[in-house]
Amino acid sequence: MTEQKTMLEVRGLKKYFKVPNGGNLHAVDNVSFTINEGETLGIVGESGCGKSTLGRVILRLHEPTAGKVLFDGMNITAFNKQEMQKMRSKMQIIFQDPFSSLNPRYTVAQAIEEPLKLNGIGANSEERKKRIEEMMDLVGLAKRTYNAYPHEFDGGRRQRIVIARALALNPKFIVCDEPVSALDMSIQAQILNLMISLQKQMGLTYMFISHDLSVVKHISTDVGVMYLGQMVEKAPKGALYQKPLHPYTVALLSAIPIPDPDANRKKIILQGEIASPINPKPGCRFALRCPFATDECRSVTPELVEVEPRHFVACHRSKEMQADLLQY
Amino acid sequence: MSEAPLLKIEDLSVQYMTDEDVVYAVNGLSAELYRGESLGFVGETGAGKTTTALSVIQLLPEPAGIITGGSIWFNGKNLIENKEKENQAIRGDGISMIFQDPMSALNPTLRISRQMMEVVESHRKCSRKEAEAICIDMLEKVGIKRDRFDDYPHQLSGGMKQRVVIAMALLCNPEVLIADEPTTALDVTIQAQILEIIKKLIKDSNMSMMLITHDLGIVAETCDRIAVIYGGSVVESGTVREVYKNPRHPYTRGLFASIPKLDTEEEELHPIEGEPPNPARMPSGCAFHPRCRYCKDICRQEKPPVRGESHQVRCHFDIEEE
Repeated sequence: MTEQKTMLEVRGLKKYFKVPNGGNLHAVDNVSFTINEGETLGIVGESGCGKSTLGRVILRLHEPTAGKVLFDGMNITAFNKQEMQKMRSKMQIIFQDPFSSLNPRYTVAQAIEEPLKLNGIGANSEERKKRIEEMMDLVGLAKRTYNAYPHEFDGGRRQRIVIARALALNPKFIVCDEPVSALDMSIQAQILNLMISLQKQMGLTYMFISHDLSVVKHISTDVGVMYLGQMVEKAPKGALYQKPLHPYTVALLSAIPIPDPDANRKKIILQGEIASPINPKPGCRFALRCPFATDECRSVTPELVEVEPRHFVACHRSKEMQADLLQY
Repeated sequence: MSEAPLLKIEDLSVQYMTDEDVVYAVNGLSAELYRGESLGFVGETGAGKTTTALSVIQLLPEPAGIITGGSIWFNGKNLIENKEKENQAIRGDGISMIFQDPMSALNPTLRISRQMMEVVESHRKCSRKEAEAICIDMLEKVGIKRDRFDDYPHQLSGGMKQRVVIAMALLCNPEVLIADEPTTALDVTIQAQILEIIKKLIKDSNMSMMLITHDLGIVAETCDRIAVIYGGSVVESGTVREVYKNPRHPYTRGLFASIPKLDTEEEELHPIEGEPPNPARMPSGCAFHPRCRYCKDICRQEKPPVRGESHQVRCHFDIEEE
């Protein structure tokens, strides 16, 4: 576990969107991190914090405004269209809604076959058929559904089709954008277990985006917390959930309802709402809702620094506040 | 609890007629709500939670939704047999509902003030001034400043819109509040704010609440009792403590085993195999039998009986601790 290979490195990544009335929406603002091969980085945050945009910019489904993405040591932000096209077979994405990410007029087999055709895998339809059946078997889809259409499936099995399609090209890295959020509770666990076992079998690296901290805890190695386009804390999951250092992470964790009538936790009810990400002022973006904010917090943007091995936090007061945070 | 329940749903069945199918949305569902308590209604998509709520408030989509059996008692009257005019008076005043999506529950072309005033004016005889005072007072109770009173819905954030919807539902001091997934569309930190507000208002006014959700965590923190719904009927009910500490229906147990927990270090999730039933093709016997690991012949053939007093389970067997 010591010398692990870095699969993905993101350096100073930015994505600004122009807004009609002037100004820029800072969807992703100066985000840097690495993911090791075979591990899962969970990304959590509330709606509008930029977590989905981050996933898309990494795959260059949106072009970054600034910054670099190194995949397996290669700077893919400098790749041209053809090079990127080739690279895409190694980097896949699974979206939240299995209802809209499948073409309703394609059968299961056609959906899985399309990426194979596009990338010239399998010399003829016989070979491709073999590969399709292999994939269906891998994700637990019955062979008799080979010629079935998406509408014949429920959400859980549609998500299995999407996963089979993403894995057909033998990718190394998959961005999973809320892959279980649209599913029912009893089905969520089926898909999570499938994703974990596929990761072990195929040595996959995941970036798992979700607003659900319990799900992220279950599947991740490390977890990054985003707030208004910035990563405010990143740590191995044990440290993040046991000993969070950023006040936002603390509040976020305390806000999750726990299914145990004896849990009896103290809840931190944050006042106010998330500020606008359009032309944000310098300073910590959480300062407006933070009970510990000082003048420095309101004027100087804190950097993400490593305060303990592999535990990064962007907070001016994280050191002095550790005692406060524990009681808070 | 010796007093009579405020709201009593007895053996309710609701079907939707579509061109191809008859959808059996609710099948013999019974539940009771006492004064001052909150009851969590938990189940997955298509379990019949919302249909039950719409039956209670007598707003089933017409003509597709038909109540085919059972009764709904509120203050000694059967709402199903009431005249529409009587039910209209009960809605808002007696029973009020918060819908899941705050974005579509408000009219985008009207100011908040106008939408709130309409509620008060249609239920009470009072002057404009009085109505305005009632509205602003309620708005402040849910934590929205009075200067937002004349805003349009699009000027408010999602959390604020949901607070406006809550304020509207509470304007006439209803005895029963039905909250249908009131926080599902919101972020966790905003969800915590909203649940805190609802809890406080319920306590202050001795209102009863039926909280519909799929989140077992929200029920644990908000409700006194819970009813677990599967295939259109209640499979297990009891106080939150009874059900959470000792779930007895195989489905309830399956649910607890399949949710990832935040406070323990468990590594493996144990999903319930298979999928929830298609309400157009309900399984025979016990609706859960195709997914149940304890399934026996009798489960395929006969509807299970309800066992227990306070903690009730609808199952042929009394499965013990494993």
